[in-house]
Amino acid sequence: MIPLPKSYDEINEKIRKGEVVVVTAEEMVDVVAELGPAGAAEKIDVVTTGTFGPMCSSGAFLNIGHSTPRMKITKAWLNDVPAYAGLAAVDLYIGATEVAEGDPLNRSHPGRFSYGGGHVIEDLVAGKDVRLRAEAYGTDCYPRRELDTWISIADLNEAYMLNPRNGYQNYNVAVNVYADRDIYTYMGVVKRDLGSANYCSAGQLSPLLNDPYYRTIGIGTRIFLGGAQGYVYWQGTQHDPTGGRNERGVPTGGSGTLATVGDLKQMNPRYVVGVSMLGYGVSLAVGLGTAIPVLDEEIAFQTGVSDADITAPIIDYSRNYGLNEGEPLGDVSYAALKTGSIEIEGRQVPTTPLSSYVRAKEIAEKLKEQVVAGEFLLTEPVAPLPSADSGQGFKPLKYRPVGEEGCE
Amino acid sequence: MAESRVVLHFPKDLLDQPVTSTAIRRYDLGFNILRADITQDQEGLMVLGLVGEPANIEGAIEWMREQGVRVQPLEQDVVRDDERCTDCGACIVVCPTGALAMDAATREVSFDAEQCVACGICVPVCPPRAMSISF
Repeated sequence: MIPLPKSYDEINEKIRKGEVVVVTAEEMVDVVAELGPAGAAEKIDVVTTGTFGPMCSSGAFLNIGHSTPRMKITKAWLNDVPAYAGLAAVDLYIGATEVAEGDPLNRSHPGRFSYGGGHVIEDLVAGKDVRLRAEAYGTDCYPRRELDTWISIADLNEAYMLNPRNGYQNYNVAVNVYADRDIYTYMGVVKRDLGSANYCSAGQLSPLLNDPYYRTIGIGTRIFLGGAQGYVYWQGTQHDPTGGRNERGVPTGGSGTLATVGDLKQMNPRYVVGVSMLGYGVSLAVGLGTAIPVLDEEIAFQTGVSDADITAPIIDYSRNYGLNEGEPLGDVSYAALKTGSIEIEGRQVPTTPLSSYVRAKEIAEKLKEQVVAGEFLLTEPVAPLPSADSGQGFKPLKYRPVGEEGCE
Repeated sequence: MAESRVVLHFPKDLLDQPVTSTAIRRYDLGFNILRADITQDQEGLMVLGLVGEPANIEGAIEWMREQGVRVQPLEQDVVRDDERCTDCGACIVVCPTGALAMDAATREVSFDAEQCVACGICVPVCPPRAMSISF
């Protein structure tokens, strides 16, 4: 047994020797309840987490290789989904929420959004052929102006997922108070007259809820991303570590996020799934997991977090969310959400999740197997993410109407 | 008394004839329209719960078939691609009959075809599009 605090090197040595003790974040709840944080820290070396849900700020960089004659692509479509080409000649970025050109969108509400960037990424990961159409204006060094070809991931030079925001630490519970009809949101169909409460978090299994102050996750941290080993490259966009936290330090609202990167060629379509949100748009469900080193008693305590210890704010999405007004209708624990019904303003409201707990658990179990097998070593962050003491907040847009400059 | 849920497909030339109501009267049945999608110039479709003596239900189905209606038992109609389903749960709250439900312990989404009335609401709501209707 290693005396506390343990180091990353000591835990990695145990992984190499096949002596490491790993549990999932779900199993850790019971371990900490039984042994206490100190006992749990001595016994357990690594806690694995997982989450699987729509993560809109996802996408992939592709380098398609040079054609003959060469071409500096200015506009590109992958299976009719526009890709961003404002980069070097044959580099493209396909974003998860880009909708196929010609989609009727919400003209017949609610639109179905059958295919988009998330689906292109899934198709690539699945090894399917994808049609690339491209246009260029032509230059002396890049004379080609048009291209129409099939591509597949094996033929690409690089294909890597680069997600500006994944793994929201916590999230809202969406309800519909004011609309006289069901509403169609990125949180799914929210039923009229407080008819549903839609939530989206793996709760006690979720990566950042098990390390609320980002002590063990930072820049350079190795993670499970889409079935491959990926890395954290930055804090995610809208990272907001300075909001409200409960007495355990667990955020009571959205809070922290991660920016992640990983090799699309190593990923598994089981954990990279294109999704269509009725009346909203397309997205990509991404599987994400972390392996948290239990360095000390404090980390053992935090990874022992249970659904009863985590609350989410109940937000009206029929008016308040869209208009940035009003107050939450209250807070509710994930333990309560998982019973299938919660009480809001004296009424029983059915709950519905958007994030798959089954697959989150599968990811945590898979990561556990990889750590035990010595295939996944832990990494000490190269630099920390901004935490609760950083002063970093999440600002709204400062609206400065064009044409009214100087009219303070 | 029994209830039998069936999907009726009406060819174009039967759309202006009272096939269903005649069958109901002739075989002394009650009925419950679960879904109807009948537009001019196209094939019509109706999901119907027939209530009555089992022999009469059988008779009515046989008679409608003789008139040219294609009759399918309902259970075949809404199907789930289990490989595609991620067990997220987005469908649960829109399912009017509880055919789609989440197991409180395992968090798996179950689909009970017996309780399904083929309303089709889940089909476009399912984010990975695991549900489909095959009429």
